Amino acid sequence: MWDALSLPFMQRALIAGFLVGALASYFGVFIIQRRLSFMGNGLAHAAFGGVALGVLLDVTPLWAALPFTVAAAVGITWIRDKTELGGDTVVGIFFALTMALGIIFLALKRDYAVEAHTFLFGSILAVTNTDLVITALLVCLTLTIWPIWRRWAYATFDRELALTDRIQVTRDDYWLSILVALTVVVCVKMVGVVLIAAFLVIPAATARLLARTFFQMPWLSVALGSSSALAGLLLSYQLDLPSGAVIVLLQSALFFGAFCVRRLFNS
Amino acid sequence: MKGPAIEADNLTVRFGDYIALKELTVVVPESAFVAVLGPNGAGKSTFLKACLGLVQPILGSLRLFNNPPDSLPAEWLGYVPQIKTLDRTFPALAMELVATGLNRTWPGRLRGDKKDKVVHALEQVGAGHLAERSLSRLSGGELQRIYLARGLIREPRLVLLDEPATGIDPAGEQDMFRVLESYQSKSQATILMITHDWHTAVHHASHILVLNRKAIGFGESSPELAETLSREAFGHIGHDHSYGGLS
Repeated sequence: MWDALSLPFMQRALIAGFLVGALASYFGVFIIQRRLSFMGNGLAHAAFGGVALGVLLDVTPLWAALPFTVAAAVGITWIRDKTELGGDTVVGIFFALTMALGIIFLALKRDYAVEAHTFLFGSILAVTNTDLVITALLVCLTLTIWPIWRRWAYATFDRELALTDRIQVTRDDYWLSILVALTVVVCVKMVGVVLIAAFLVIPAATARLLARTFFQMPWLSVALGSSSALAGLLLSYQLDLPSGAVIVLLQSALFFGAFCVRRLFNS
Repeated sequence: MKGPAIEADNLTVRFGDYIALKELTVVVPESAFVAVLGPNGAGKSTFLKACLGLVQPILGSLRLFNNPPDSLPAEWLGYVPQIKTLDRTFPALAMELVATGLNRTWPGRLRGDKKDKVVHALEQVGAGHLAERSLSRLSGGELQRIYLARGLIREPRLVLLDEPATGIDPAGEQDMFRVLESYQSKSQATILMITHDWHTAVHHASHILVLNRKAIGFGESSPELAETLSREAFGHIGHDHSYGGLS
């Protein structure tokens, strides 16, 4: 297995896995506490629509997927803000809309779009240097605006209390949606549309089972998300199995382990 | 002479087609303890939310200490919401919730002066022993004390309470009034409290404001005024929401 570490594609995959595992787990904390777990699925399908648009236009899928998914995230947030519809309903609409667009885009291409199918299930072989640079930039952006987590946390706990303290809750919601959308796009190539929501939900849910305070949750979630991504990638290489699926199985094992530990301590 | 704490002039708030508050005109003097009473859907919470700057009037004006509510420093307002709105799945300790009253954001790890202040605020409401307890493990009465500590820790000039006695026992209610009255005598703060309890209104408040989507009446608290306004708002008195011991 150690030979694999000298392979350039594996090195890129490990760095990308570590970074996207950390990013998705960090944003996942806010996603699950706001009961927006479905958002990960919705944005993943929007990313697929964006990839299909890239294929249709003969441009690098990532460059089409980034603005397309961000537009979907902004649309979801805007409609949630302007109507009384539940978050899951609005996400469900965009989920279907962007997927339908993706199918139409691929149908218009008329020849077999292998690139788009790579995005459905993910591949560690697909990670390029460009993907790494974009992921690193997203990590830098997230670290730069790190203090915003206190406002997100406050609004997650009680939106009305945050509003009475003059926090620009709606503006912060847009920031969160956009960053989650960008995270989903950079994750999707490695993990695949089908399983990306797990990256956002499972480490954060595991952290919720173990944490006593919200402050502990992001740290725990990031540690679980990044370490399971690294271990899952190495294991998938060793077993010659799809990387995204192996990582998600590992994350699920950690979740059920945490569940058992909690039951043990509470009894 | 002190100026008014709250000045509503022809205040009208609408949600879609529904007029929640119509042409409310009232002047609340500074350092008053106002009990806001009225039937369900009378616009009590809407008035409180307008004071907090959460809803905007479609007509008329509202000024707090001579400022529009949304330009008032947030530290001047101490808000105690209804405890039924709390998300008990959120992982938090009692002291973290109180610290939001100081920080105006969610706290990180609490230590030093800030932690001392928070624990002191909890002790003031008789909840010092609950500082490290998870919110999910607090009873309704305990939570009410935590929210009260959160509302008072920033030493506000205006304390706004939304049905604070709901779900707490009589001893807890008496404790809450003891804390509020002690804070008011120390700080000269103005208190605006929504309640369904006419007995409370007469015995603890200096003024009574009765609403039924418009102002039914406002004045210094007295059994006679309470009886007159109660009859006008509800059309009757004599059961749960009437003020006991006044006949």
